[in-house]
Amino acid sequence: MSDTVTLTIDGQKVTAPADATILEAAKLVGINIPTLCYHPLLRPEGSCRVCVCKVTKARSFIPACIAKVSEGMEVFTNDPEVLESRKNIVELLLANHPKDCLACSRSGNCELQRVANNLGIRRVRYEYNRPEMEKDESNPCIVRDPAKCILCGRCVRMCAEVQGVSIYSFAYRGLNARVTPAFNLGLGEVSCTFCGQCRKVCPTGAITMKSDIGRAWQALRDPEKIVMVQTAPSVRVAISEPFGGKPGDIATGQMVSALRRLGFDRVFDTNWSADLTIMEEGHELVDRVKNGGVLPMITSCSPGWINFIELYYPDLLPHLSTAKSPQSMFGAMLKTYYAQKQGIDPSKIVSVSVMPCTAKKFEAERRELSASGFADTDIVLTTTELAQMIKEANISFFALPEDDFDPLMGVGSGAGNIFGATGGVMEAAMRTAYKVITGEDMEPVELEAVRGMEGIREAEVDFRGALKLKVAVAHGLANARKVCDMIREGNPRGWNFIEIMACPGGCVNGGGQPINLDADTPRLRIEALYRNDRNLPVRRSHDNPEIQALYRDFLGAPNSHKAHELLHTRYYEQYRSCRSK
Amino acid sequence: MSFNRTANAIDLAPLMDILKPYKQNPRGALIPVLQQAQDVYGYLPQEVLETIASELRVPVAEVFGVVTFYAQFHLNPRGKNIVRVCQGTACHVRGGAGILEAVSHHLDVKPGETTKDLNFTLETVACLGACGLAPVMMVNENTHGRLTPDDIPGILDSYLA
Repeated sequence: MSDTVTLTIDGQKVTAPADATILEAAKLVGINIPTLCYHPLLRPEGSCRVCVCKVTKARSFIPACIAKVSEGMEVFTNDPEVLESRKNIVELLLANHPKDCLACSRSGNCELQRVANNLGIRRVRYEYNRPEMEKDESNPCIVRDPAKCILCGRCVRMCAEVQGVSIYSFAYRGLNARVTPAFNLGLGEVSCTFCGQCRKVCPTGAITMKSDIGRAWQALRDPEKIVMVQTAPSVRVAISEPFGGKPGDIATGQMVSALRRLGFDRVFDTNWSADLTIMEEGHELVDRVKNGGVLPMITSCSPGWINFIELYYPDLLPHLSTAKSPQSMFGAMLKTYYAQKQGIDPSKIVSVSVMPCTAKKFEAERRELSASGFADTDIVLTTTELAQMIKEANISFFALPEDDFDPLMGVGSGAGNIFGATGGVMEAAMRTAYKVITGEDMEPVELEAVRGMEGIREAEVDFRGALKLKVAVAHGLANARKVCDMIREGNPRGWNFIEIMACPGGCVNGGGQPINLDADTPRLRIEALYRNDRNLPVRRSHDNPEIQALYRDFLGAPNSHKAHELLHTRYYEQYRSCRSK
Repeated sequence: MSFNRTANAIDLAPLMDILKPYKQNPRGALIPVLQQAQDVYGYLPQEVLETIASELRVPVAEVFGVVTFYAQFHLNPRGKNIVRVCQGTACHVRGGAGILEAVSHHLDVKPGETTKDLNFTLETVACLGACGLAPVMMVNENTHGRLTPDDIPGILDSYLA
């Protein structure tokens, strides 16, 4: 059997891998068959029928996203019969879709809109006859508007297969059919982690973010408030996309400029507090290893992951590092250290964070995260919301000059910068743990073994014979579940330290990032983070001069009493409905 | 976070007996378990569905999907007596709508609903296979034919004894 087959698509000769689908083969010769239920990161299902094609000798039209190519196959993707059928399929979808596109947050970036427009549908002959369905705004992160759902099932597959959480299912039938959590409960009532991956794959406005743009404008316009913002590592490698940039374009300078123009009084870098997280978490790890603490220790930066373990594996909570996430550490230092240094009343500070993440909005609401007596984080904006604010403010993003972060909390090392990539927290932690344990710098500074996109990766780090650590990295909650099950079974792989991120690819592919259908996007954004790391003058968290100053002037030492009070937290079992095993 | 549990605690012991033979090999067990559970409880309360989901290791959302897909499963309590009023063609021609109206009026419920005292659940059906007796309704396993609206109160009340 040959590994490739040759077929013709719309008269073009194509040689494609024998296991390719018609959709994939067509792409090779520049034919983009429209799709809706297909997503490059998910198992294809072939249910929407938008990609139907005519195949010579086949009895009926065939969906290109699931049909495999075969030798000598003759495919037509655009003959009149196919086009008419496809138009009718989309017209039927439009019939039962609200027509208020102009006021929808996905307008201009909606797959249904694009498919319909490309097909030239200018009139819908069928009547809207769907029953009324209520919006779900039961949580601080994600909004569901079932009326806009086209039943493609992408969120169902994402949640079940990639995240292993299975919050959604198809329910009811016929006109009443809908995608919903069990018992029609809201996402805030069921055991949803708020990772937002469903929003990332939704083709329409049926799943969107809870917007905090209004609250941000309100704070910025309040003369009594001093509004300070931090920006997560993954924001700078994605923020240019909504303005036409490519995934992985690094736009740190323009982003800082834009935030100043929006009126933020201080613009800081979450990379700074990522370095602080490494100092606290790295020392905590060394302490646990040396003094018989609970191992394996697991990272605690990803709020979707924290929700997951609190909901599904509460017995494993002692494994979590007690270090707060960079977002919360940042807010805690803003309202204590920075406020004192600058003589600012912390009650006047509004702590805003720009994050790639929907679950961060839930983290910000946790009452235990209020080191100064005020919430560590007041307002969380996602990358997507920041882009929206920049547009609202008439700012031409690419025309902006490049600007620098404000001092004291504005310098981040390369280690802090790679926090946004799966494996990045582990690598950053090893760079510092190596120094703590051996007194020397890890060379080379890169830890290639923990990089990559494999779901679970393992490495052994040798600390010059003084110690060996077995580490693992997992991303995507289905992989997190596998790791948790192995810990429950007694940790047969002997891991000492594990990094877990809720989103596949890590924060760069977080639930609040700009939406785009290119399967390469997470990888391109990750490469940008590594590129940025290589170009930064300081690449290890403990070498960050502003972090050294913080310990010297304020905290004392890592894991000091004061550091514990301000930078560490506790975890609680969450009780919500519908916990699936 | 709270959500609505049914008012009275439900005894899950009979459900555990139903689940026992399936726990080793839960593949394909969902629908038979749901049917047996409904036989015991009369309907499928949330606690029962959550227990079935966790014991068979099926996501709760998926169980909910199956239960809402099939007309045979009920998420709300059902009456002691099930009234099925035929709205098929023959019954329609001979005044089935008036019969439904009379039942609905007498019980003070709409089709699909159960009376507050849990005595009756009213449903409509498309045909009972007794067109010669149109208009027809069934109460439990009994067929009542050639009905007039005036017959309804007497028939229904006879089931209250």
